[in-house]
Amino acid sequence: MDSQKRSNMGNDIAIHIEGLGKQYQLGEGLDLSRTFRETVMDLPRILGNTLRSSAKKVQAKFKNDRSDTSHFWALRDINLDIKRGEVTGVIGRNGAGKSTLFKVLSRITTPSAGFVDIYGRVGALLEVGTGFHQELTGRENIYLNGVILGMRKAEIDEQFDKIVAFSETEKFLDTPVKRYSSGMRVRLGFAVAAHLAVDILIVDEVLSVGDASFREKSMSRMESVSNEGKTVLFVSHNMSAIRSLCKRVILLDKGQVVLDGPTEEVISTYLDKHFASHGEQVWPTLEEAPGDDFVRLRSVRLLDPATRQTEVDFSCNQPLDLEIEYEVLKPDLLTSQFQIRDLSGNVLFFAGEFQDLAWKDREHPVGTHRAVCHLPANFFTDGSYTIDVNILSVPHLIRATQLDALSFRVNDDYSLTGARGYRTDSNWPTVAIRPKFEYSLYHNGTPVNR
Amino acid sequence: MPSAPTALPFLRIQPQKGWIKLNLAEMWQNRELLYFLSLRDITVKYKQTLLGISWAIFNPILNTFIFTIIFGKVSKLPSDGLPYPVFYMAGLIVWKYFADSLTGVSNSMVGASHLLTKIYFPRLFIPLSICIAYLIDLLIAFLLILILMTWYHLVPAVTILLLPVLVLIAMGTALGVGLFFAALNVRFRDVKMLVPFLVQIWMYGSVIFPFSRLPERWGEWRYLWGLNPMAGIVEGFRWCLLHNSMLSKEPPLILLAIGIPVMGLFLLGGLFYFRRVENQFADIV
Repeated sequence: MDSQKRSNMGNDIAIHIEGLGKQYQLGEGLDLSRTFRETVMDLPRILGNTLRSSAKKVQAKFKNDRSDTSHFWALRDINLDIKRGEVTGVIGRNGAGKSTLFKVLSRITTPSAGFVDIYGRVGALLEVGTGFHQELTGRENIYLNGVILGMRKAEIDEQFDKIVAFSETEKFLDTPVKRYSSGMRVRLGFAVAAHLAVDILIVDEVLSVGDASFREKSMSRMESVSNEGKTVLFVSHNMSAIRSLCKRVILLDKGQVVLDGPTEEVISTYLDKHFASHGEQVWPTLEEAPGDDFVRLRSVRLLDPATRQTEVDFSCNQPLDLEIEYEVLKPDLLTSQFQIRDLSGNVLFFAGEFQDLAWKDREHPVGTHRAVCHLPANFFTDGSYTIDVNILSVPHLIRATQLDALSFRVNDDYSLTGARGYRTDSNWPTVAIRPKFEYSLYHNGTPVNR
Repeated sequence: MPSAPTALPFLRIQPQKGWIKLNLAEMWQNRELLYFLSLRDITVKYKQTLLGISWAIFNPILNTFIFTIIFGKVSKLPSDGLPYPVFYMAGLIVWKYFADSLTGVSNSMVGASHLLTKIYFPRLFIPLSICIAYLIDLLIAFLLILILMTWYHLVPAVTILLLPVLVLIAMGTALGVGLFFAALNVRFRDVKMLVPFLVQIWMYGSVIFPFSRLPERWGEWRYLWGLNPMAGIVEGFRWCLLHNSMLSKEPPLILLAIGIPVMGLFLLGGLFYFRRVENQFADIV
């Protein structure tokens, strides 16, 4: 099968990726905004680390252990063939390697292993309006942005009217971009990119910008781009955008391709796998638990306050209890805290036991501590959520962290007692949260009662 | 419909090691980008300043004034028989072009970090566009000195036509040294602090002391002065413009003969160092 594909290469393959890897150096290597002095002052430590890490490498060789702690593979052994005219989505959690893959494909960064063969002109859109200059006018920026994206002046001339019409900025063409609203800037940036004359378009999460109507316009523009026979690679957290644009989806995790296939299949596996709700996480032994000499996590749970049972599926009008249990090994000023993220990775909010002043300026004594946060009913909108938990030594030393400690689903309840009130049959706009409030209603100054 | 596969450009992306070729073909293909980047640099430079492009006029006038007072009237340094303002301005305008370009190029990659992490294009265009943009300032300053010479009834020599060559050598020196600093600056921000000192010291060896000021008893050793390419360029600039009004009519040929190969070394070294580390810019900037 492999040889079959190879013989077809150049006929219908747009991108051929083989054994591709990208390695980043951790620690010393990554932090390079350091000044010379810092480097000199740090030399003993760096040398020490180098010695230690080479000692580790020797050790690892004896143990036949390939893991090297000072390096980290953002991409590892990627093998893919993208056909010409194919619109492919790339999904994965934050840090799965999507952006790195796109940076390699668009030549911003070079790979550390393997290779990519590209047949055709590539246009990469990793950000809307790259190279826009605040002081230049809209017209000047269209040309600047266009050539930066790889267009020729003649091509921009040709597309100029279309770009302007698409961006809806005709009246402001000779105004410096610094006077544009952020919406106008985004529209102009996307308009230029959407008219790139390329064979292969690489788009990273740029369709989620602008207002709703412009997003719709961008989506339909992307659809027509793909209908023109262009090869499109498309990263997004927005599953509905992926669903409507792509026939094939690639799922990345920890820098590797874990699934590659028809859109629905991959998306549902992804959602199941990564957002499979788990309402409980328990560490049986302290050694395995996240933490240090001072404190270790014991368990994290989501409970239904009514039944005290672990729960992963909640209804919008149901309260939730988040329980964090930890073992304090040495007395310290501590607080457990957490953040809740939605499917796209946006942090909804951040909170912690510090909100209760009980332990203010008092050290947590040795022993088992439990913090239960009561999350109210009618607060989350329907969707999937993930909880990250950590324990902080006040004021700013994090002693224990567990990302994706728990995840849960909140389902629309359609009940009259919820935030929907009596709008139980209508659609609800896309919102971040769905709180329910108390009202006082009056008619001609007289209170209205039910 | 997609065009025939044979017509499609092919590109292999793979790890790069060792010395990397300059890839002039790619730069030629993208030459329009260089044009637009230079245009951007020129437009932007003066757009938000109160006095706009007139800074390009005030700057050389002010500098000439200061030099004339300090080094001419107060220190009474020799000026090859030229009026102090003309003597200093002739040296200063090409020096200023060099100093501006060197500083600009040194800070260029860090300044463009936003572009570097978002899009690929021949990275050399960023420093090149800066050298091109400063040519406009040089041109304005050049018109000023012509006016100043008219004021002093000095007639430019025919050798004025050779000036573009000297400007190119100055550009090559600024680019060579600047590229090295630009690449280093990505890693060590100290460079930004260091360059102004270097420029200042360099100025003493190029503008303030004419070659003729060096003690005679040093004999041939004086020509070591030429290891600084800017010494030959500044002297050459004065000579090309004014040699028919100067006391020493000798062109600084020896200085240039030493300076030009040094410039070549700087340029080659800078280019190759830059190319060698350029693919790490996006990862570390």
